[in-house]
Amino acid sequence: MAAVDDLKFQANPDATTISIDEPEIPKNQHSRLQEPRREEDDELLGTDDSDKTELLAGQKKSAPFWTFEYYQTFFDVDTYQVLDRIKGSVFPVPGKNFVRLYIRSNPDLYGPFWICATLVFTIAVSGNLSNFFIHLGKPTYHYVPQFRKVSIAATAIYAYAWLVPLALWGFLMWRNSKVMNIVSYSFLEIVCVYGYSLFVYIPTAILWIIPQKVVRWVLMIFSLCLSGSVLVMTFWPAVRDDNRRIALATVGTVVLLHALLAVGCLAYFFDAPELDFPAPIIPAHNGTTVITKSL
Amino acid sequence: MAAAEGSGDGGPLFAGLADVSISGDIPVEGEITVPVGSRSPDEDYSTLDEPVKDTIMRDLKAVGKKFVHVMYPKKSSALLRDWDLWGPLVLCVSLALMLQGGSADSKDDGGPQFAEVFVIIWFGAVVITLNSKLLGGTISFFQSLCVLGYCIMPLTVAMLVCRLVLLAGSGTISFIIRLIVVVAMFGWSTLASTAFLADSQPPNRKGLVVYPIFLFYFVISWMILTFTPQ
Repeated sequence: MAAVDDLKFQANPDATTISIDEPEIPKNQHSRLQEPRREEDDELLGTDDSDKTELLAGQKKSAPFWTFEYYQTFFDVDTYQVLDRIKGSVFPVPGKNFVRLYIRSNPDLYGPFWICATLVFTIAVSGNLSNFFIHLGKPTYHYVPQFRKVSIAATAIYAYAWLVPLALWGFLMWRNSKVMNIVSYSFLEIVCVYGYSLFVYIPTAILWIIPQKVVRWVLMIFSLCLSGSVLVMTFWPAVRDDNRRIALATVGTVVLLHALLAVGCLAYFFDAPELDFPAPIIPAHNGTTVITKSL
Repeated sequence: MAAAEGSGDGGPLFAGLADVSISGDIPVEGEITVPVGSRSPDEDYSTLDEPVKDTIMRDLKAVGKKFVHVMYPKKSSALLRDWDLWGPLVLCVSLALMLQGGSADSKDDGGPQFAEVFVIIWFGAVVITLNSKLLGGTISFFQSLCVLGYCIMPLTVAMLVCRLVLLAGSGTISFIIRLIVVVAMFGWSTLASTAFLADSQPPNRKGLVVYPIFLFYFVISWMILTFTPQ
């Protein structure tokens, strides 16, 4: 007769035991010891989410760079996350840092790549449409699709969205080695910020079809303020501890390049809307010259 | 039996089984075979013996079946399982050929060249496929290329209609007809490819995968709509 003890589960000694490690707890303690934060940084860094930031930071990008899974970690976003990030770039909250608030150590490449692609085609199509409407009534005008401008737009926008972050990241790393900054960004986070900040130019480009110079410039300044403020609020904490002049120069260059992109696109892809000149008073002179000539 | 009866009144239910043992001298042997309808190696080589017409017709029928699937898009795995790239190649070449002959004052201002159309379609399809795979899609690379290529068919039909309408004249009415046709075909292409591709994505990323497809067909539609003849 079997006793109750015989029914106990007997572990197979050959089986391997699997333990679920918990990297979260030691990581959390580690991060708390590491970074003394200032109060202003807390506001800009979004401290209420910083615990989650550290939690998530430990579990990313463990695959070697030649595997497909490594690149999948850059596309680890859901639809609502992308929409949230876009919303954060269009409605910047004053004082809140875009990177800390939205990106939170999960930079993605989906947003920058597809926002740039959309912007390229939007600018090319809108430029073509606006030229068509401006020259519509003229008898000598023949519509051309101007397809070559798409490749020019693509080169310009992708170069801006990838080379400028590279330069900025290199510059920030160099300054970091000289002056200890509390806030530093990885290259992908900078690419992310630049990519999402370009989003506001998409509706601007569509509205640039309106052939009024004043309207176009107002739109440009408005969108420049919005996307420029996202960039400024992101990069100001990173250079604030540095020499005053260098900090101002860095932020100024970022804004200037952004403005140059907008102005360049407007000037190159959109023809100037022509003003209607009043009828000249020349015929009177012509009449008199004819009369004098005939005499 | 006695042991079982003896223990049945108070002990646990299967306590009697502890006394059962199989003695070691009873041999246990036998065969376990699973009858599988295995293909004999001869079948794989038998297509060598059939007439060429059969081989070609089989492939043509497969391509034709896929065209019908695109015309009436409903979720079916046939399009996905047996992918081929003949249909997309034929569609791409015919679309690029029909986009030639546009007017241009200089080479820079005209419509897309043959190579540009080709590159846009194939490079665009590859990028969209990579995008969906990077987002965690389960569809294979060539299956996705196959679906995206076949779903260009409504837009090729739209291009054909546009060229015919432009033969009749190029005024405002012809533009409105062309606009309606191109918009309708664009919607059809996007819906058809989404019907096939959206299921293979994780549910909370469907929007992220559908948007590039939308952009891709939008660019092709734009090229078709802005085609102006000499």
